[in-house]
Amino acid sequence: MGLNQYLILSAFLFCTGVYGVLARKNAVLVLMSVELMLNAVNINLVAFSAFKGTVSGQVFALFVTTIAAAEVGVGLAIVLLIYRNEHTSDLDEVDELKG
Amino acid sequence: MLSNAWIIPAIPAVSFFLVLFFGKRMPGRGAEIGIAAVGASFVLSVVAVIQWIDRVENATGQHEGLRALGRGIFAAAGHGEVAVQPVTSSITWWQNGLVKFTVGTRVDGLVVMMLFVVTLISLLVHVYSVAYMREEVRFTHYYAMLSLFTASMLLLVVADNTLLLLVGWEGVGLCSFALIGHFWEDQPNSNAALKAFFTTRTGDIGLMIGIIMMFFASGTFSISGTNAYALSRGADHSLLLIGAICLFIGIIGKSGQFPLHTWLPDAMAGPTPVSALIHAATMVVAGVFLGARLYPVFFKGFSIGSGSINFMALIGGITIVIGAVLAFVQRDIKKVLAYSTISQIGYMVMALGVGAWTAAVFHLFTHAFFKALLFLGAGSVSFSGSHHSFDMKSDMGGLRKPMPITFWTFIIGALALAGIFPFAGFWSKDEILVTAGASGFDAFMIVGLVGAFLTAAYMTRCIYLTFFGEYRGHGHPHESEPLITVPLVVLACFSVVAGLINAAPLGIEKFKEWVEPTVSFPALVHPDFDYAKALISLTVAALGIGIGAYYWFQREERRPLGGLTERNALARAGYTFLERKYYLDVLYENIIVAGIKAPIAGAAYWFDQHIVDKIVNSVGAGARRLGTFVYDTVDQKVVDGAVNQIAEVTGESGGLLRYIQSGRVQRYALLLFAAIGLLSLALLIANI
Repeated sequence: MGLNQYLILSAFLFCTGVYGVLARKNAVLVLMSVELMLNAVNINLVAFSAFKGTVSGQVFALFVTTIAAAEVGVGLAIVLLIYRNEHTSDLDEVDELKG
Repeated sequence: MLSNAWIIPAIPAVSFFLVLFFGKRMPGRGAEIGIAAVGASFVLSVVAVIQWIDRVENATGQHEGLRALGRGIFAAAGHGEVAVQPVTSSITWWQNGLVKFTVGTRVDGLVVMMLFVVTLISLLVHVYSVAYMREEVRFTHYYAMLSLFTASMLLLVVADNTLLLLVGWEGVGLCSFALIGHFWEDQPNSNAALKAFFTTRTGDIGLMIGIIMMFFASGTFSISGTNAYALSRGADHSLLLIGAICLFIGIIGKSGQFPLHTWLPDAMAGPTPVSALIHAATMVVAGVFLGARLYPVFFKGFSIGSGSINFMALIGGITIVIGAVLAFVQRDIKKVLAYSTISQIGYMVMALGVGAWTAAVFHLFTHAFFKALLFLGAGSVSFSGSHHSFDMKSDMGGLRKPMPITFWTFIIGALALAGIFPFAGFWSKDEILVTAGASGFDAFMIVGLVGAFLTAAYMTRCIYLTFFGEYRGHGHPHESEPLITVPLVVLACFSVVAGLINAAPLGIEKFKEWVEPTVSFPALVHPDFDYAKALISLTVAALGIGIGAYYWFQREERRPLGGLTERNALARAGYTFLERKYYLDVLYENIIVAGIKAPIAGAAYWFDQHIVDKIVNSVGAGARRLGTFVYDTVDQKVVDGAVNQIAEVTGESGGLLRYIQSGRVQRYALLLFAAIGLLSLALLIANI
């Protein structure tokens, strides 16, 4: 298998994530979409790492996974608080920073 | 001491500052500083006198070289005397091109005589004032000014050049202004001070022009140089004449000579001790001193040696008579003495004018003692006898019994003033008259005799009104305290014996020997003592006293001429004429001053209204126009416009940017991705 298949998969996953972030109303689904985008990047890193025969890309991927876990933790906590205060998880209704 | 004579004026000058800054904190309110300083100056002056006499006595036979030099320059070789060089010391003040301006002292017989007189009289006045001024508010300032007054006069005396002399001269004028106006709370007193100042300033203009002229004539400010130039063969006579006239105008103003004498009687507004100082030792004799100091200039300028009538003798002669006549109509005892001073200074000036230099200076010397005595006596009378009044007719009379010391010392002073043998005034006045006669000025000798007659008569009147008759005042007359009487006694002693220093018939001519310069000095006539003339002058004086006594020592209604002014219109007119002081004050104040004042004031007003105001108004209008322009254009349009513009742009751009801030996370994310997409596209295109 060549590198391109991995890259195409990664691009597909990333686009799916972008679409999810931009289009979904539910905050939890937006967070999941962000995870999709991160994993698309991870695929890229691992694919390039295997292709070039070095391990640095895989190390990066491990870091990304770790950071993503923390990020989701923080993100879900925020969503939980928003829900507790606003009784909704719809992002369109959370617009208090409107100028 | 002779070469360090600068110390003598320096001590009172330092005392001035000490009294001014520390006087009020001293137990004696500053008086002790002043007395100590003037006392020190007096002691040093006595030392200077002794050293000078020593120098003169030693000169005989020891300075052959100097004698030859003196004969070569000019001088008294004809008199069989040695030339005694004055002691000079000076330092260069500054130099401009070839002209050197020096500061220094030049001490000769005249100077040591003046130092002695000034410091002695000043010391006595200082002591006397402790009692006399005790109640005064500005006691300390009074003493400060007395010290400065003394210092200025001493500086004037020792100065070796006319510039330094002028400094002292002006200092004396300033201090007399301050002291005459000491009681400035009353308007007439401050007016009198201003009058004294302005009148003497009128003369000072002449003095300054004279000094400048003599500088350009002789090329030096030094007194020796000026005198040597005046006596040299190459001297320009017309230049000397004009210079002498200008200098003499200064003397007229300072010494109260006709027609600028009017300030002197008004100067009586000052405290009495100050009057004594002004009249005896400082202010008015400064003019005579200048005449004596620069005598060669006057001698050559006025051609005194030729025996013809000259400006100087004429003014002196007029002053003798007009001063003496005015003394008859005064009610104020100090004004009698003031007119007497005018008249006596007239004698000195006339004596200088007729070539009687020694007699003039001798009269200055003796006059200092008895005039100071008379003034201090008058002060004593007003202090303890007449309740601070000086009006003889309403507040005095019959004071001889309660005030014996004042009475007897006053009598001695009056006799000396009248020229009665053997008091001091006799010797000096007689010498003036004899020398005037012997030098060919017979007319002036007669004027002098008339003056002597008048002097004796008005002093008789003054003594009668003050000490005889019934007491007319309201106080409790008693003798003054020792601080006042001791100076009177000291001065009385001097008034008795001072004349004997130059008593020709006794073979004593020490004054002439010690005082008359022998270097750079014109040859003067020194007539022998003339018993006939002495007898005439004595008779005239006695006659004056006799007639005065006959007239005034009678009861009012039995006087031979009593009530004449009421009966006779001519006599009344004459009396009024005298009472108005010859209308000179009217002439000066209402005609000359007003005549000058009105056009000057008019011109000044026109200038003020038309030129100054116009300039001010145009400047104002211009400034206003400029201000409006700046407000309208710069401030309103440029500055405000810029500020407003900035605010508007900021507001509008804020309004536009506000649409981006939707508050929606997904909108932000869209912008983020769109921006990344655009950037990636741009990088892609850039890299191709």
